[in-house]
Amino acid sequence: MTAPAPSPLLRLSLRAASEGLAAGRHSARDLTEACLARIEATDGRVGAFLHVTAEAARAAAAASAARRAAGRALGPLDGVPLALKDLFLTQGVPTTAGSRLLEGFVPPVDGTAVARLKRAGAVLLGKLNLDEFAMGSSNENSAFKPCRNPWDLTRTPGGSSGGSAAALAARQCYGTLGTDTGGSIRLPASFCGVVGVKPSYGRVSRSGVVAFASSLDQPGPLGREVWDAAALLQAIAGHDPADQTSSSRPVDDYLAGLEGGARGLRVGVPAEWFQGGLEPGVEAAVRGALSAYQRLGATLVEISLPHSRYGIGAYYLIATAEASSNLARYDGVRFGRRAAGVKGLKELYLESRAQGFGAEPKRRIMLGTYALSAGYYDAYYLRAQKVRTLIRRDFDAAFQRCDVVAGPVAPGPAFRLGERTGDPLQMYLADIFTITCNLAALPGLSVPCGLSAGLPVGLQLVGRPFDEAGLLTAARALERELGPAGAPAGLEAA
Amino acid sequence: MALSLDEVRRVARLAHLRLSPEEEVALAGQLSAILDHVAQLGELDVSQVEPMTHALAAGDAAPLRPDEPWPCLTPEQALANAPARQGTCFKVPRIIE
Repeated sequence: MTAPAPSPLLRLSLRAASEGLAAGRHSARDLTEACLARIEATDGRVGAFLHVTAEAARAAAAASAARRAAGRALGPLDGVPLALKDLFLTQGVPTTAGSRLLEGFVPPVDGTAVARLKRAGAVLLGKLNLDEFAMGSSNENSAFKPCRNPWDLTRTPGGSSGGSAAALAARQCYGTLGTDTGGSIRLPASFCGVVGVKPSYGRVSRSGVVAFASSLDQPGPLGREVWDAAALLQAIAGHDPADQTSSSRPVDDYLAGLEGGARGLRVGVPAEWFQGGLEPGVEAAVRGALSAYQRLGATLVEISLPHSRYGIGAYYLIATAEASSNLARYDGVRFGRRAAGVKGLKELYLESRAQGFGAEPKRRIMLGTYALSAGYYDAYYLRAQKVRTLIRRDFDAAFQRCDVVAGPVAPGPAFRLGERTGDPLQMYLADIFTITCNLAALPGLSVPCGLSAGLPVGLQLVGRPFDEAGLLTAARALERELGPAGAPAGLEAA
Repeated sequence: MALSLDEVRRVARLAHLRLSPEEEVALAGQLSAILDHVAQLGELDVSQVEPMTHALAAGDAAPLRPDEPWPCLTPEQALANAPARQGTCFKVPRIIE
């Protein structure tokens, strides 16, 4: 038996879907029904969605169509179907953070980024799979089900925003939101052949996003093309009084200069990111992207980020210390899982947390608690924060000589499900190139730059603080030069 | 560096985590391996380096917002996800015997 042919609407980028709405070539309802049918047909194999809100999506599509008919369309996202990592609080819609601990939790409010997408008229299709509390690099730490890479269903989509990238590659929606604490947007974007942007720390409000490591967490967009991610970032960026760490800097226009090209751009190539351990196909694709920049009139500048190799160590102390503090709130008292049949409050805490948290959050809570405990603070947490300063200084020095830093997102393409689950440290090393960007609080992105043995490879670009516009323009120039990343064929064949 | 089982239990108590004996053994090994990797930070002389205590540069920090009341959750909203409640209170097991 053969499934009905996928709707041609699913091949559109967010931009083309949006332009088609404006031109009346299709309706918000057409797009929404095409996506819902696609989710129905493919998600049993992909596992990108934890929760589909079909009725709410249909209602939002109808409201959008009514606005458009009345000449009151809200902008480029009005009527466009999107989906959210299940770390974003959604009013009246279950939000699990991929954890049994929050199973059944229904937030009373929308997070700021979600509210902004709704105000822009977006149609929200549901909540996407992720590693539990965004802790992981393969989506295998989801308490509910694995998510698979649409390019090869035996492989991971990357993590922690695995569902956010897989849903786009599987053409189940036109854009998604993820979060990035150590690479959790860029890694899955690279593994799934889509564009993922980790904004500067403070550019997008963290209010209403389940907290993992508060000095590193940053929400951001994923799209199939650079324009798509830029339009989503435009909608969610900007100061929010509900997040004291959100910056009050004005938000640039990310679309106006997007076609500005790369002529005169100084692309910094850090020697440390190419030293050993790179899978040959990944290195070839990344070097191909650097050559493409030269063809476009950019110059390559050799730079050094000498403290790169200390990034993983500093990260896994700072992130786990902050996580141990943030996850202390899950005590079984006000919301979330409560253990049954316990005696006394202390028992309630111990049992509820033991039952609710999976192995990875427990591991990170333990590591963070150890690093912060009496007698160890100076040796671990304080030292890591000082190394964080050194990593930031590396980038500050590099940006004296270049405009963007370019290199691989990860040492290899998508790895197989189960390949690294037995060795946490091996899993952590998947983030070796993405983590310094978070530590330095800089904007970064992954843009497709080719294939390695049929699997997507992303180029990572890191920019100056709050230069998301420059970063997106550089990514768009490469995208135009290299052509589209293509789409996985495996889903149609099955 | 090898983390002892006693040390694992001490940290678990601090973290309010109840671990099974199997989890204690597994974590002792895994955390030791991670701490070995982290030990490389000890190679660096950081005696003259200020810690990065804030991710936003000073000039980027948003000014404090005016101290004005704004809407917050209603008692019903706040209690909607409570595992157990009594009236407008969260209900918990007896605290004082």
